[in-house]
Amino acid sequence: MKIIAFAEQRDNKFKKPAFEVVKAARRVADQTGGEVVAVVVGSGVRSIAPELGGYGAHKVVVVEDARLALYSSTAYATIVAGVAKTQAANVVLLPATAMGKDLAPRIAVKLDAGLAADCTALTVDQGDILATRPVYAGKALTEIRVKSPVKVFSLRPNVFTAGTSSGGTAPVEVVEVPLTEQDFRSIVKEVKQSSAKLDVAEADIIVTGGRGLKGPENFAMIEELAATLGGAVGASRAVVDAGWRPHDEQVGQTGKTVSPSLYIAVAVSGAIQHLAGMSSSKYIVAVNRDKDAPIFQVASYGIVADAFEIIPALSAEVKKLLGKQ
Amino acid sequence: MKFAVCINHVPDTATKVHVGPDGKSIEKTGVNYVISPYDEYAVEAALRFKEKQSGEVIVLSWGGDAHKESLRKALAMGVDKAVLLKDDSTRDSFGVARALADYLRELAPDVILFGKQSVDYDDSAVGIMVAEMLGLPSAAVVVSMEITGGTAKADREIEGGHEVVEVQLPAVFTIQKGAYEPRYPSLKGIMAAKGKPIEERQPAPMEAKVETITMVKPPAKQAGKIVGTDVGAVPELVRLLHEEAKVI
Ligand SMILES: Cc1cc2nc3c(=O)[nH]c(=O)nc-3n(C[C@H](O)[C@H](O)[C@H](O)COP(=O)(O)OP(=O)(O)OC[C@H]3O[C@@H](n4cnc5c(N)ncnc54)[C@H](O)[C@@H]3O)c2cc1C
Ligand SMILES: Nc1ncnc2c1ncn2[C@@H]1O[C@H](COP(=O)(O)O)[C@@H](O)[C@H]1O
Repeated sequence: MKIIAFAEQRDNKFKKPAFEVVKAARRVADQTGGEVVAVVVGSGVRSIAPELGGYGAHKVVVVEDARLALYSSTAYATIVAGVAKTQAANVVLLPATAMGKDLAPRIAVKLDAGLAADCTALTVDQGDILATRPVYAGKALTEIRVKSPVKVFSLRPNVFTAGTSSGGTAPVEVVEVPLTEQDFRSIVKEVKQSSAKLDVAEADIIVTGGRGLKGPENFAMIEELAATLGGAVGASRAVVDAGWRPHDEQVGQTGKTVSPSLYIAVAVSGAIQHLAGMSSSKYIVAVNRDKDAPIFQVASYGIVADAFEIIPALSAEVKKLLGKQ
Repeated sequence: MKFAVCINHVPDTATKVHVGPDGKSIEKTGVNYVISPYDEYAVEAALRFKEKQSGEVIVLSWGGDAHKESLRKALAMGVDKAVLLKDDSTRDSFGVARALADYLRELAPDVILFGKQSVDYDDSAVGIMVAEMLGLPSAAVVVSMEITGGTAKADREIEGGHEVVEVQLPAVFTIQKGAYEPRYPSLKGIMAAKGKPIEERQPAPMEAKVETITMVKPPAKQAGKIVGTDVGAVPELVRLLHEEAKVI
């Protein structure tokens, strides 16, 4: 089995999901006697490519062009599908990130391949890959098989473990993929990244505030707790709809699906749409003054009390533990 | 300008999902179906563009007769025409995209809108597949956009920020919650929708590229322990997180 692993980078740095995808590809390759070819697309990315060897890539193919410094859905898809064809790959793995989710369907069409999107597990069964993917926002899990000769899978970030680099490097091959004007009919003009802000979809710890916090000003204590833990701030839809927090922080069925190691839900009732987005978190802590709030049904640890008393005390206690004060 | 919007008909988000007798799909009895929420934002976006610069909005859905309910809702919101690509087979995103693309090739709209994902299978695939099949550029997960002449500028959500994408029309956009809070159909709209026909087409059959083997409920989370009911519980909680869960 020849597997292409798309290693996403932004600003010429690999994102964590890039390592997760390469490692997942390697696990499949080891079980099927296959080879992992990682693909890096960008401008000036040649120097970072070898480090993918530390996560299991047998070889790295680099495609560089000054016009590829910022993402272009059409151009990147042409490149990845082009490399998959010249390498005669049967499988393409991508991260189910904003970029990967945009690329995977295009690549699937170019390769006449079936797509299994946002997978949470890959297993090898008699030489074929079976994928687990949540549906209905995680209210059910399906096991699926892609039947086409070439298969595309996107992998949910934070679920497949990348571990640490073995320190090894992989040989790099720089290749040219011809691009035309047609490939640049959609181009990113500007990236408005708040580098200080950790996105809930990428965070390993999330502290989410709900409507019980009564007003946007009270999110200061949520931000403080999140910062103390090195995590991200999340929000329930009620809070987003009220305009207290931006939509990109919303967790749930119509927000982001998250699975961090630790999810702290503060004054969140735990409506079915909220639970759908976060119940696969490893550990869930709920702070709510209503002992019957549904959030307690999924919480590993709960405190039934007033958030305004608990959260500042919790921040202080964590600081004490981490020696931050 | 011609706008097309593709909408899916899905269980509402309050649905408690149970696995049906085939062990591969959900139990459908008692489930309430709606326009997939993101698709409703897409319908709203199209209506606003039409109101601003005139044009026509056509809404499409691939599926069984039940999808007419969502098409009718879109008509009630104010779209001009509704088309059902009638097919009762099991959905496969590639096949749905192919059927939609075949019809859209004929229709040749300037702007094709999708939701960013259906809230049933959560694939986030069909819209971008259609773009690729039609050889069109796209912008995905768009929270707001502007159209000036033959170009659109779209603000799309990415991890921890936004990308501003410039796209040449005709093009495909998949819409995320943002600037397009959907309107409620007016009584007049609802009455008018009753009289509007829904065109039916028979898409060419397609073999599915993906097969569902099983569907199961995720392992139920066990309710954990209540650590306490006042601020005195905080040190114990931190100890548990540190020593038992080892997450801090
Ligand atoms: C189509 C659709 C999609 C949806 N998608 C989402 C989604 O993606 N994400 C989402 O979150 N919701 C979603 N919802 C909304 C969801 O149904 C709930 O309305 C929402 O999650 C409630 O938010 P909340 O828990 O912050 O507020 P509430 O339900 O009002 O709960 C507030 C909680 O705070 C507690 N509280 C109050 N004061 C205090 C205090 N001082 N200390 C401690 N606790 C306190 C209360 O006991 C209560 O449990 C969706 C709904 C629909 C219809
Ligand atoms: N059966 C369908 N009929 C029409 N449009 C659909 C259908 N399924 C999905 N779509 C569109 O494609 C988008 C992405 O769907 P999905 O790939 O299923 O997540 C949806 O938001 C709809 O706009």
